Parts: sequence; structure tokens; C-alpha cells
Amino acid sequence: MNETNYSELLNNLLPAFGETLEMCGIALLLAVVLGTPLGVLSYITSKHSICQNRVVNLIVGFFINVIMSTPFVILLVLLLPFTRFVVGTSIGPEAASVPLGIVAIAFYARLVEGNLHAIDKGVIEASLAMGATWFRIVTNVLLPGAFSGMIRGLTVLAVTLVGYSAMAGIVGGGGVGDLAIRFGYYRYQTDIMIITVLLLIILVQIIQTIGEKASRKVQK
Amino acid sequence: MIKFDNVSVSFTNKKGQIVDAVKNVSFNVNDGEILGIVGTSGAGKSTLLRTVNQLQLPTGGHTIVDGKDIGSLSGKSLAKFRHSIGMIFQQFNLVSTKTVAQNVAFAMEIAGHSKEEIKRRVPELLSLVGLSDRADVYPSTLSGGQKQRVAIARAVANNPKILLCDEATSALDPETTNDVLQLLEVINIKFGITIVLITHEFDVVKKICHRVAVMNKGELVEIGDVSDVFTKPQHEFTKTLLSHTFDLDLPGRLTEDKSKPLVKIIYNGEKAENAIVSNVVKLYDVDVNILHGKIEYINDKPFGILIVQLIGKQDDIYNSLDYLSNNTYRTEVINERD
Repeated sequence: MNETNYSELLNNLLPAFGETLEMCGIALLLAVVLGTPLGVLSYITSKHSICQNRVVNLIVGFFINVIMSTPFVILLVLLLPFTRFVVGTSIGPEAASVPLGIVAIAFYARLVEGNLHAIDKGVIEASLAMGATWFRIVTNVLLPGAFSGMIRGLTVLAVTLVGYSAMAGIVGGGGVGDLAIRFGYYRYQTDIMIITVLLLIILVQIIQTIGEKASRKVQK
Repeated sequence: MIKFDNVSVSFTNKKGQIVDAVKNVSFNVNDGEILGIVGTSGAGKSTLLRTVNQLQLPTGGHTIVDGKDIGSLSGKSLAKFRHSIGMIFQQFNLVSTKTVAQNVAFAMEIAGHSKEEIKRRVPELLSLVGLSDRADVYPSTLSGGQKQRVAIARAVANNPKILLCDEATSALDPETTNDVLQLLEVINIKFGITIVLITHEFDVVKKICHRVAVMNKGELVEIGDVSDVFTKPQHEFTKTLLSHTFDLDLPGRLTEDKSKPLVKIIYNGEKAENAIVSNVVKLYDVDVNILHGKIEYINDKPFGILIVQLIGKQDDIYNSLDYLSNNTYRTEVINERD
């Protein structure tokens, strides 16, 4: 067993933590910006909804399902050319953010859609009866109504992404999870592995707590 | 104002069967009236109502409002038309993330009113429905009756010509139901808004409707003035629907005793206000024993049922029966000898 060098660990840990936050942050941002509209699109084009459109609905659903059903490690590799095209490199946290972001978009779209389905159909009918356009219903009824659930969904997503980001180490993505695998697993430094895992647990706990608080705060 | 012209609506259900929810319904709703549509659940009344603002497209026939065929409207013209039709629902359907005032304002925003106008009108509407002090609370803190009042304020915010009420009082207790019905009546009188109200309770119809349409299994079985339909139901289904109001249950021992005739007297209109029973006692040598009775006022006209026992000599009883049947709406002996 190797001697554990704690100063080396600390030197590695801080940047790794930063990388994890960076990867997950970018992916979360993409999820909110692109996953939300995708989820809304999937909902409003579904059967009996306000913009029923079978073709669009099938395409969106297929895209989401393909991404959700491909194992992340495979997706990571499959997307390498695309990643290189988008960020110019396939190594580093920025590059890892691309596959992570795409999974996040699909995952979050489904979560948003699920929350929209939970909204009382009667309120949508009432809005239609008042002559509201689909856009007004989305912005005034659907999104506000699903907001609390969407924040809870974002929490779930963030926690999942922290887990996924560990796999990003495979393509040189870095991050705390990568550190745990490199030091703890490959170099048999069990204590380092425990420390990094503890760190990840704490991170997840913090995300969960903040998410729950925020979700409760916006509940009407 | 509204003309249902041979309206039919059919759906394909989950098993792939075609269900005729509304079958060839034709009738008119007059300008300024309160029309009730009654029927048991599944009678198609809700579906018919929804053809008025195209929440439901007729699969046959036309729903015509103010001379316009609603089925032909779409996009902007449909939206604009819907601004002129208010609608309230059994489950209120308020936007839970908006305050009371914002809910009312929402209807006006949709119709494209200016911010100043909305700011001026919302307090007026809330005071109309008696909720001025609750403007800034969220619907979840309101009682059912209060929620329906907000929904009413929202529904009349754009000065509609028509107000559609879909089982609007069915989720409310009797007292709150009365309050909400009174409010609807005020709106009808004050603003001249035509109200189409659907319900499964005849009591609601009796309280505020001018005319009533009775629906059964997707078909219109009867339509007329409430007092006429109530006192002279033509169709079997209407009679069944009304039976709980007509049937006054007597203990068996009274109906089985065939020695003294039990007479069911139905009063209607002005005759109901005459002292007929006491006249019988004065004119003929009979005793009248009142066993059961009920008087209802429909649109201010009395309508009553009385069950009496006539005690006396055979001739006197015959004569009094004659007198009663000539001077009341209807009499029938309910324990006739076999």
C-alpha cells in the first residue's frame, strides 16, 4: 500500500471539487435552458393537450428515450466526435459537460413533463374557455403550477449528475469522482477513497437540503 | 341568443366503441334568461354545454351563438369569441399560483385589457362578489363558496353576454349553494347576462331558472317553463327525476286501510292560494284529516301537494271528491278499493 500524502491529496482535491461543480453546473444550466422547453413541448403536443401534435410528440419522445436508455458510459464515448466539434477537445471538464449536459436535458425534460401532467386539467380548460393562447397557458398556468415540482426535479437531477460526473473521469473529465477512482481504486488508497466519497455524500446532502427548502418555499 | 341546431357529439371510447354523448339536440336559449339543463350524470348535458364555447366541437349539427356558427371559429376569432363567454365549473378551476385578484386579472389580460383598466375593474368585481378583503390571498386558503365567487368574478370580468355554469354548485353545501345561486341571479338581473346552468339537482333549477331543459341519455326529452315542467312533466324520465319531490311517503298502515279514502291533492298556480280544504268541510259533512303536505314556490308561483283522509258518509265523500277535483289542479285517490 502506498503512503498517503495528505498535502498531495489536498492539492488534488480542491481543483477536483471545482471541476465537479463546473461539470454539473454547466449540465444543470443546459437542462434548465433546453430541458424545460423540451419537456413543455412534449407535454403540450401529447394527446388531448393544448397543442396536440402526434409527429412532434413522437420525435421528442424518441430523442429523450434514446438518450435515457443508452448507458452513460457508452453515450460518453459515442458523443466524443460531437464533443470535439462543440468544445474543440474531448478531454477535461468542459468536454465532459457535453455528454453530461445532453443526459441532463433529456432527464430534466421528462421530469418537467411529469410535473406538467400533474397539473389539474380543469384549470387548463378554464383558461381555454377564457380564450387564452397556448403560450399564455404555458407561461401563466403550466410553468408556475409545476415550478415547485420542477425545483424538486432539479435537485434529483443535480444529485444524479454528481454520480454521473464520476464516470466522466474515463474521458479525462476530472472531478471528485474521478479522484476517488484514480487514487482510491487504482492506487489502493482506501482512506482517500473514503474521504472523497464522504465529500461527495456531503455535496449531495447540501444539494438535497437546498433543493427541498427552495421547493417548499415556492409552494402555494 | 344560443341555438342548438340538431347538435350531436360522439366519441370513440378506450375500447374503440363509438359513444353518442349528445344526440340530435335542438332548442334555443333566449336572450337574458336563466336556462337550466338537468339530467343524471352521463346525460350529455356537460358535453352539450361545451359546444357553446367550442371546448367541444359538435360532430353533427351546429351550435349557433348570436347568429355565428361556433364550429366554424378557430384561432384568433375563436379566442375573441371566448372572451364574450364566461364559464364556471364544479371544481372552480382557479389558478392556484395566482392570488384572488390575479385570477380575476388573468381573464382580463387574456382579453387584452390595459393594465390601468384591470387595476380599476378588479376591485369592482371583487366587491361585487363580496371578496374585497381577500384580494391578495391564494385560492388554497379560501372555502369552496369563496372559490366559486372568485370564479364568478373571473367569468364576468370581460362583460360576457353568456355565462355557462357546469355543475357550479354541486361541490358546495346547501347554504353556500343558495348564496352562489343568489349571486348568479343578481348577475343575471344586473348585467342582463344569459345564464345556461347545468345541474343534476332539480332544486337548483327551481330556485333560479326561468326555463328548464331535461336531458336523458344524450337526448333532449323536455323543455319548458320551470313551473310547467315541474307541475306537468310530460316525459317519463322527467317524472322519475321529479319523483322525490312528488312522492310523500306515508306509513303502510295508512295506505292499507281502504275504509277511508286517502286523497292526494295537487295545487298549482293561483288555486293553491284558495281555502279549498276548509270549503269542503263547510260545504259537505266530512272531516278532513291532513296526513302529509308540502308547498313549493317556483318562480313565485305556489305548487303544493296535500294528502288528506276524508271521513264521512259515502255521498258526502263523493261530493267532496268532485269539488276537490274541480277546484284543484289534480286529485287522485291513492288507496282505491280493489
